[in-house]
Amino acid sequence: MAAPEIQNPIIRVRDITVQFGATRVLDGLNLDVKRGEILGFVGPSGAGKSVLTRTIIGLVPKVAGRIEVFGVDLDASNTAQRRGVERRWGVLFQQGALFSSLTVRQNIQFPMREYLNVTQRLMDEITMAKLAMVGLKPEVAERFPSELSGGMIKRVALARALALDPDLVFLDEPTSGLDPIGAGDFDELVRTLQRTLGLTVFMVTHDLDSLYTACDRIAVLGNGKIIAAGSIADMQASQHPWLRQYFHGKRARAVMS
Amino acid sequence: MSGDPKLERIAKGNALALCATGTWTASFAPSLERIVADAEKLAGSRQNIFIDVSEVSKLDTFGAWLIERLRRSLTQGAVEAQIAGLSANYASLVDEVRRVKANPVIDGSAVTISGMLEQIGRAVAGVVGTIASLVDMLGAVLAAGGRVLIHPRSFRLTSTVHHLEQVCWRAVPIIVLITFLIGCIISQQGIFHFRKFGADIFVVDMLGVLVLREIGVLLVAIMVAGRSGSAYTAELGSMKMREEIDALRTMGFDPIEVLVLPRMLALVLALPILAFLGAMAALYGGGLVAWLYGGVDPEAFLLRLRDAISIDHFIVGIVKAPVMAAVIGIVACVEGLAVQGSAESLGQHTTSSVVKGIFFVIVMDGVFAIFFASIGM
Repeated sequence: MAAPEIQNPIIRVRDITVQFGATRVLDGLNLDVKRGEILGFVGPSGAGKSVLTRTIIGLVPKVAGRIEVFGVDLDASNTAQRRGVERRWGVLFQQGALFSSLTVRQNIQFPMREYLNVTQRLMDEITMAKLAMVGLKPEVAERFPSELSGGMIKRVALARALALDPDLVFLDEPTSGLDPIGAGDFDELVRTLQRTLGLTVFMVTHDLDSLYTACDRIAVLGNGKIIAAGSIADMQASQHPWLRQYFHGKRARAVMS
Repeated sequence: MSGDPKLERIAKGNALALCATGTWTASFAPSLERIVADAEKLAGSRQNIFIDVSEVSKLDTFGAWLIERLRRSLTQGAVEAQIAGLSANYASLVDEVRRVKANPVIDGSAVTISGMLEQIGRAVAGVVGTIASLVDMLGAVLAAGGRVLIHPRSFRLTSTVHHLEQVCWRAVPIIVLITFLIGCIISQQGIFHFRKFGADIFVVDMLGVLVLREIGVLLVAIMVAGRSGSAYTAELGSMKMREEIDALRTMGFDPIEVLVLPRMLALVLALPILAFLGAMAALYGGGLVAWLYGGVDPEAFLLRLRDAISIDHFIVGIVKAPVMAAVIGIVACVEGLAVQGSAESLGQHTTSSVVKGIFFVIVMDGVFAIFFASIGM
């Protein structure tokens, strides 16, 4: 990347290579995420956006490279350090990944029960607070995931990701499958939570609206590398063919107007 | 500045200031709860109480909520306790928490006599419902079979052959192995006990009648219920969970015709074949043990077997097989289509498919025993 080195980033990814069989998905990728920003991560379908997210979280093994989160090198860390890092991040999966046999309340309390030593009363109260934060009614707490709509599942999954008050949240296509109003609300929600909780947000998205309204900075993935990173204005000024198409296409014009 | 959280009490005339210091985060939640519970007792002790949070080094939702909880319990009547010294960073968090409504009401249902009676009633109604849904499925399968007979082109041959391979061909090794072993055991036990009466040779009668009439088909049916019944339930259940069955329906296909009928047909064809192979393996095993352990040589065994059994015994056994297959298939498909959205539900229905399948197989076997006894076969 030509951009100047960011001081003390919350995520530092260096020369990451990920390969599935003979196909190289990520090829020497570098990326820094600043503390307290909302980074929108875009790229064509199948470019490996989810793969990068999953590699950072540690679900996909990498062939080469180094990942530091909160200044901890995840490969060199011991179990306790890794636990410490995992406790400080929350992940919202594309499909929500709520535990289907637990109620919403139990889903949100699951990480609290494992990591914290708090009373049931406090857990219940915090659960209600989290539900209110993500804009859900308290009645939802006793429902099962199969009884929720798509938008509600995303919100509950976000509440679960936020259960331990993480410093960093990964959102994998949070607004996909939501109606435009719901998606707009969700962007607003992410913004609000980022302000109130001082979060850093790493958001994989396809949604141009999200990029305009929610993100501080945008990184673009292509050919296994970051082809551009910067503000929305930088993206629009870029001469890269895919970026031109993406930010000056029919849909982009509709969003901007 | 950071470190263990504290709440210091500073009296200023008529007012009381509670100064929070340290880290008010989730990691300190147990001690924070204790501190807050202690401070809650101060409610009403002074005219004017306020909570000073200017010295808090770190605050998260847990800390913010506990401060809010303290503020709520200190608020008495018209005098509202105030939070002072809130930095801009944390003000929005505290505001957010303040909007949270009062405690959630989680009703733990108590055990009552009427509740227990209700449960018994529901269980009985559930049994009736189960039988109704089995009959319903039987009817639906027969109707689908009728439609296929009228329009043979709609029959799914590929699917049927695929399932036949799964439930029949691939089941042969394990079925043959287990029935062989059971034949060995029956023969060994028979010889061991009959020898006391000098009646070693009658073990052949016992083995022949038992294997051909009962053990062969019953054992194989139970194994098929465990092996293929569970697979059917899990397949159909996960298709139900992913809305694949709804998708079929909207495209104008009948799930019974597309999914259930080929499976049922495969099972109905497979079970007699497996039961026959199982009976042969059991007789072979029994004969082997009779020869090696009991000293009954193969010619004597075969001669005795020819005297002891007739074709009736074989027919009694093999006639039961397709009926048991139909019962297993219907139970498995009903359970599969009853799966709800959760993984837990899939597990429950798969378990119940196997349990009910085996139960009905044994019940059917009893009914057949009465029937054949009364017609003298």
